[in-house]
Amino acid sequence: MKYYRSHVLVCVDPECLQKGAHELVDALQDELVATGLIDEVQVLETSRIGGCSLGPEMMVYPEGVHYVGVTPDDVPYLVEEHFLKGRVVNKFQMPTTKIVDEELGAPTQKEVRIVLRNCGKIDPENIEDYIAEDGYQALAKVLTEMTPEEVIDTVLKSGLRGRGGAGFPTGKKWQFTRQAPGEIKYVVCNADEGDPGAFMNRRVLEGDPHSVIEGMIIAAYAIGAHQGYIYCRAEYPVAVSTLNIAIQQARNLGLLGKDILGSGFDFDLEVRMGAGAFVCGEETALIASIEGRRGEPRPRPPFPAVQGLWNKPTNVNNVETYANIPQIILKGPEWYASYGTEKSKGTKTFALAGDLNHTGLIEVPLGISLREIIYDVGGGIKDGKAFKAVQIGGPMGGCVPAEYLDLPLDYESLAQAGTIMGSGGMIVLDEDTCMVDVARYFMDFTQDESCGKCTPCRVGTRRILEILTRICDGKGQDGDIELLENLCQEIRTNSLCGLGQGAPNPVVSTLRYFRDEYEAHIYEKRCPAKVCRALIRYEILPDACTGCTVCARNCPVNAISGERRQTHVIDPDTCIRCGICMQVCNFNAVVIE
Amino acid sequence: MLNTKPSIPANDPLANPEQKKLIDEILEKNKNLPGATMVVLNELQSRIGFISEAMQQYVADKLHVPVSSVHGVVSFYSFFTTTPRGKHTIKFCMGTACYVGGMPQLIDKAKSLLGVEPGQTTPDGEITLEVCRCVGACSQAPVVVVDDKIVGRLRPNKFPQVLRTIQDNKQ
Ligand SMILES: Cc1cc2nc3c(=O)[nH]c(=O)nc-3n(C[C@H](O)[C@H](O)[C@H](O)COP(=O)(O)O)c2cc1C
Ligand code: SF4
Ligand code: SF4
Ligand code: SF4
Ligand code: FES
Ligand code: FES
Repeated sequence: MKYYRSHVLVCVDPECLQKGAHELVDALQDELVATGLIDEVQVLETSRIGGCSLGPEMMVYPEGVHYVGVTPDDVPYLVEEHFLKGRVVNKFQMPTTKIVDEELGAPTQKEVRIVLRNCGKIDPENIEDYIAEDGYQALAKVLTEMTPEEVIDTVLKSGLRGRGGAGFPTGKKWQFTRQAPGEIKYVVCNADEGDPGAFMNRRVLEGDPHSVIEGMIIAAYAIGAHQGYIYCRAEYPVAVSTLNIAIQQARNLGLLGKDILGSGFDFDLEVRMGAGAFVCGEETALIASIEGRRGEPRPRPPFPAVQGLWNKPTNVNNVETYANIPQIILKGPEWYASYGTEKSKGTKTFALAGDLNHTGLIEVPLGISLREIIYDVGGGIKDGKAFKAVQIGGPMGGCVPAEYLDLPLDYESLAQAGTIMGSGGMIVLDEDTCMVDVARYFMDFTQDESCGKCTPCRVGTRRILEILTRICDGKGQDGDIELLENLCQEIRTNSLCGLGQGAPNPVVSTLRYFRDEYEAHIYEKRCPAKVCRALIRYEILPDACTGCTVCARNCPVNAISGERRQTHVIDPDTCIRCGICMQVCNFNAVVIE
Repeated sequence: MLNTKPSIPANDPLANPEQKKLIDEILEKNKNLPGATMVVLNELQSRIGFISEAMQQYVADKLHVPVSSVHGVVSFYSFFTTTPRGKHTIKFCMGTACYVGGMPQLIDKAKSLLGVEPGQTTPDGEITLEVCRCVGACSQAPVVVVDDKIVGRLRPNKFPQVLRTIQDNKQ
C-alpha cells in the first residue's frame, strides 16, 4: 500500500458539485501529477463538509485545514504553497464563524459531534478510513467481551432514546425484542427520512455508513438477530450506493456474514428502497413495504418488537440511533450520559433551515436552548429581520414562538411547548412568515401523504386543508377557528397511526401562539405578514422605478405596462400576485400593499 | 376462471425483445428474495422508466402473486408510474425552504413558458414537470432538479436558461 503524507478530501455533494467540485478534483489530480506529488498526496471525494454555500469545499489532512471556494485556476498556487512549501493559504481558509448578537449572550455550550464525528473527515467508500477512526472496535469488544445482556445494559445506562421521533428508550426496545419469543428475529434501520427539510440521516449514510452498519450488527447481537434491513428512501440514491459499497467491504473483511470475527455470530444486511411514500417512515408501514406490500400502517400493539417483519420480533431504529451505538460501547455509557439533561441524554443532529445566517447540519447536546441554536450556532436571523417562530419536528411537529426561546431542547420540554423532537427538522421563520400559510403548507403535505386507510385522517386532513386554504384566500368565515379546533381533536384521537395523530400539530400550535393572525385573515381580510396572495396587492413606486422593463418581461401574465425609462404600472386585475416582479426588480421599486 | 389477460400492446416494453430481456433478468435475479415485489418494481421503474399494465400482469405471473396486489403496490407509491414520461424531468422542490423561497412563482413561470402543469409532459414528449419533496439542498432554495442535476437559487428570470440547457443537451 502506498503511504500518503497528506489527504485532500473534496466535497462532492450536490451543492459543491454545482460549484465545480469535480473540476476541482480533476485540476488537483492534474497538478499533483505535474508536480510529482501524486504519490504523496491523495485526493478523495467525500460528502458535505459544512460550509455548503461557500463551496466547493475541501479539507486537507493531517493538518485539518478547511479550504473553500478554490477554483481550478487557483490550484497550481494552492498546491505549490500548501504541499510544496507547507504553508497554509489563508485566503482560501474557511472564514471562522463569528458570534452574533452580544445581547443574547455568548454560547454556553458548543456543538458536540458524536454521530457526525467522521462525516466529511473520512472517505465513506473506504472501510480502512473508518477502521482508522476506531471503527469496528466496539463490535470486536462486544463479540469478544460482552454478553448480549451486558450490551443491552450498557445501552440502557447510556440513556439513549430513539432519534426517529418518538424518543423511546433504545435499550428497552432491544430488551423487548430480545425477550420476545421466537427463534428468528430481525433488525431494521429506518432510513426513510421523509420530513421536509431534514437531511441528517442522509448525511450520516453518505458520510459514515459504517457507523450505522456497526451499530446494527451490535443490535443484532444483543437481540439475537441474524438478518437486517436498511430501508432507505428512493430519493437518496447516493446513500443507497454508498451503503451497498460499505456492506460489501464489511463482508470482505468478515465483519458481516458468517462467523463474524471468528465469534460464531452470523449476521448479514441488505438495503431495501422505498418508493416515495412518506408514511413508510412509520415503522409498521415500513415493515409492510419491506415485505413488498402497500406501505399502510397497522394498529399497534402488537409492536414490531413482538410481531414485526414477516411477523417475527423486529427491532426498528433510526439511522442516528444506530450511529450512536459504537461510541457508547467504546467510551462507556457514563461518557454518553454526561451530555444532555436528566431524561434526554447525549446529542441530537438537526438540519437547520429557514431564515438563518448559517443553515446546515448541526449536532448539539440535548438540553441546549433554542436561543443558543438559533443565535449562536445558526448565526441569528438573516437580513437583520426579527425571529418569529421555529418549526420543530416536521409535519407532525409544531411551531414554537419567541417566548420559548430559552426552552431547553429535550423531549419533555418540547412536548410541553406543543411540539415534538421529531427526527431533526428545524426551520426558523422570520417576521415575514405567515403562520396560517405555514399551517396550510404542512397540512397540504400531510393530507397528500395520508395513506387513506382510516377516515378521520383521510377526510379530516382534507377538510382542514380546505378551511385553511379558504382562510388564506380571504374567504374565511366566522366559526372557522372553532371548526378547525374540533377537527384537530377528532383526527388526533381517532387516527390509526402517528401521521394522523400528529397531523393536527402544526395547526394546533399556530392556533395556540398565533391566533391573532388567523383572526386578521378571517375578520379583517388581512394577512399581517403580507404573504397570502389573495390579501395583498403589488405596486410599483414611481420614484424608485427606473423603467428598466425587467419586471414587465418577467411577469407571467403581462400585467405590467410601461415604456422603457418610464415608470411601470401593475394592473391589479390581471396581476396574479406571484411576486416575480418584486424578486427581479433591482431597484426595490416593487412593494406589497 | 375467467381468463381476461390483456394482450400485450405493440408499444409495450414487453413487446420489445431487448427490454423484455432486461425485464426477465430483473425478475430472475430477484424472484426468490423475500418481499421481491417492491425490489422488482423499483428496478423496473428505474431501468425501464415506467411499469405498464402488461408489465404488472407479467410481474404478478412470474412472482406468483395476485395481479391485484401488484396493482395495489404500484398505485400506492408515488415513484411508480404506469405511463412513459418525457425524456427530461424537471422537478420543483416543494419542501419548506423552497416553498418559502419562492417556488410558487417559479412554477408559474414554468407553466407560462411550457404550457403544461406539474404532473404533465410537454406535447413533444420532451419535458415532464413534477413537484417533489425536499431534495436536501435547502440552503440553495428555491431548487429544481433537472433530470438528476440540482439547480439551486433559481429565480424565475433564470428559468429560460434551464430550458435552454436541456435543449442544448438534446443536440
Ligand atoms: C408518519 C410517520 C413518519 C415517520 N418517519 C420516520 C422516519 O422518516 N425516520 C425514522 O427513523 N422514524 C420515523 N418515524 C418513527 C418510526 O415509526 C419509529 O418510531 C422509529 O423509526 C423508531 O426508531 P427509534 O426508536 O430509533 O427512533 C415516523 C413515524 C410516523 C408516524
Ligand atoms: S392515520 Fe392517516 S396515514 Fe395513518 S393509517 Fe390512518 S390514514 Fe393512513
Ligand atoms: S423592474 Fe423595477 S425598476 Fe425596472 S421597470 Fe420594473 S419596477 Fe421599474
Ligand atoms: S406579482 Fe406577478 S403577476 Fe403581478 S405584476 Fe408582478 S409579476 Fe406580474
Ligand atoms: S455541499 Fe459541499 S460542503 Fe456543503
Ligand atoms: S426544501 Fe427544497 S431542497 Fe429542501
